[in-house]
Amino acid sequence: MSCFLSSSSLGRKLVMSLSGCFLVLFILFHMTMNVVAIISEDGYNAICEFLGANWYALLGTAILAFGVLVHFVYAFILTIQNRRARGNVRYEITVKEKGVDWASKNMLVLGIIIVLGLLLHLVNFWAKMQLVEILGTEPASGVELIRSTFSCPVYVVIYLVWFVALWFHLTHGVWSMFQTVGWANDTWYPRLKCIANIVATIVFLGFASVVLYFFFINL
Amino acid sequence: MNFTLKIWRQKDAKSKGGFQQYKVTDISSDTSFLEMLDILNNSLVHEGKEPVAFDHDCREGICGMCSLHINGHAHGPEQGVTTCQIYMRQFPDNSTITVEPWRSTAFPVIKDLVVNRGAYDQILQAGGYVSVRTNSVPDGNAIPIPKADADESMDAAACVGCGACAATCKNGSAMLFVAARVSSLAKLPQGRVEGIRRAKAMVAKMDELGFGNCTNTGACAAECPKKISIAHIARLNREFLSAKLKD
Ligand code: HEM
Ligand code: FES
Repeated sequence: MSCFLSSSSLGRKLVMSLSGCFLVLFILFHMTMNVVAIISEDGYNAICEFLGANWYALLGTAILAFGVLVHFVYAFILTIQNRRARGNVRYEITVKEKGVDWASKNMLVLGIIIVLGLLLHLVNFWAKMQLVEILGTEPASGVELIRSTFSCPVYVVIYLVWFVALWFHLTHGVWSMFQTVGWANDTWYPRLKCIANIVATIVFLGFASVVLYFFFINL
Repeated sequence: MNFTLKIWRQKDAKSKGGFQQYKVTDISSDTSFLEMLDILNNSLVHEGKEPVAFDHDCREGICGMCSLHINGHAHGPEQGVTTCQIYMRQFPDNSTITVEPWRSTAFPVIKDLVVNRGAYDQILQAGGYVSVRTNSVPDGNAIPIPKADADESMDAAACVGCGACAATCKNGSAMLFVAARVSSLAKLPQGRVEGIRRAKAMVAKMDELGFGNCTNTGACAAECPKKISIAHIARLNREFLSAKLKD
C-alpha cells in the first residue's frame, strides 16, 4: 500500500502544510537574527560565527534544504495535478470570486519568485559565509557582507521584490496551513487571516528594515 | 428587455464546441433565466434549429440539477441562489450574457451546456450514507442532539450536489461537496459512528475520479448556491487525518 502522504490529496496537502509551517518558523528565526545586525554589529557577527561550519549548523542547513525541497517538489506535483483536474478548456469569462485573495490563486508563481530570490541569496551570502568555511577558507564578516551587498541599489530593489512575494505567499499560506490540518472554523477564519497578515507583515518589515538600514547608512 | 446571448454549443461529448450568439427580445423582467432559455429554444425549434440543451428539474432551488456558468459565475452573479432562481431583471438591458457549461475534467460536457456529474454520485456511493439500521422514527427526545450540532449538520445538508464548487475551483477540487456530505452525517449520532470509514472512502473515490487538490482559495464557498462554509472542509481534514493516524 502506498503511503497516503503521496497517494491521497489530503495527505499531499498535509505535507505542504507541515513543510510550510516549518519554513514559516525558520523564516521567523532568520528574520530575528537579521534584525540583530541593526541593533549590534558585534552581536550579529557572533551569530554568524556561531552558525559556521559546525555540526549543528550543517545539520540545520541540511534539514532546511530538505524542507525547501519537499515544499517545492510537492508544490509542483499539486499544481500539475490541479491543472489537469481543471482541464484544457477554460472559461471564456472569469471573475474574482467574492472574498477570494489574489495570493491564494497564485501560490506557485509567488513560490517560484521566492526560489529565484533564494538562489540569488545563496550566491550573495551563503556561498561567502558557510560554504567557504566548509571548503576550509576564512568566511566573510557578516556585517561587512550585508553592507557591501546593499550598497548596491539593484540588490536592494531585487530583495524588496523578493520580500513582497514572500509577504503575499504568507498572507495565504499561514492561515491555509491551519485549515489544511483541520484547525479552523467559521469563528477562527477572521482571526487566522488576521494572524497570517500580522506574521507576513512582521517578516516583511524585519527583513526589509535590515536591507534599507544598510542601504541608507551607506549613502 | 433585450439580450444578446453567447452560448456554448457542442454537438456531443466527442465534438469540438464553440460559442454562438443569439438575440432574445421582448423578455419580461420577471422571466427567470431558465424561462428565457425556454423562450430562445422555442424560437430555435420554430426556425427548425437544434435547441440549446441545458440541465434543470425542480426550478425552485432544491434539486441541484441546474448548472450553467453565467458571466463568469457558477449559477450567475447573484450569491446564494441556483441558476433556476435568477431573473432577467438582474441583468442590464441590452447586455451580452455569456453562458458556459461547468468546466472540470471530472465533469465532461455531454452536449451544449449539459455536463456529466456522475462523478459526484460515485463519491456518494463510496460512503455518503449511513449503513446502520435506524428503524422507524424514535421519540424525538430519545437521543439528545445539541442545537448547534443539528444546525451545523443541516447547514451542510443544504448541499444540492450541483457541482458548482468543483466547477468554480481553479484546481477542479470537489472538497466542498465531499466535506458537506461528510460533515452533515458526522454531526449526527447515527452518522458519527461510521465517520472514519466514510471520510476515507469518499476522499479515496474523489482522488480516484481525478478531482484536484484543495488549496483553500475559498472560491467554492463564495460561489456555492447554498453558501456552504469551508469550515466543513476543515472538519473533513480533521476526520480524514485522525482516521489516517489510527491506521
Ligand atoms: C521554495 C519555493 C516555494 C514554492 C514553490 C511554494 C509554493 C507553494 C504552493 C504551490 C503552495 C500551495 C498552496 C496551498 O496549498 O494553499 C504553498 C503553500 C504554503 N507555503 Fe509555499 N512555496 C515556497 C516557499 C515557501 C516558503 C519559503 C514558505 C515559508 C516562509 C512557505 C510557506 C507556505 C505555507 C505556510 C503554505 C500553506 C500550506 C497549506 O496550505 O497547508 N512557502 N507554497
Ligand atoms: S432546477 Fe432544481 S435546483 Fe435549479
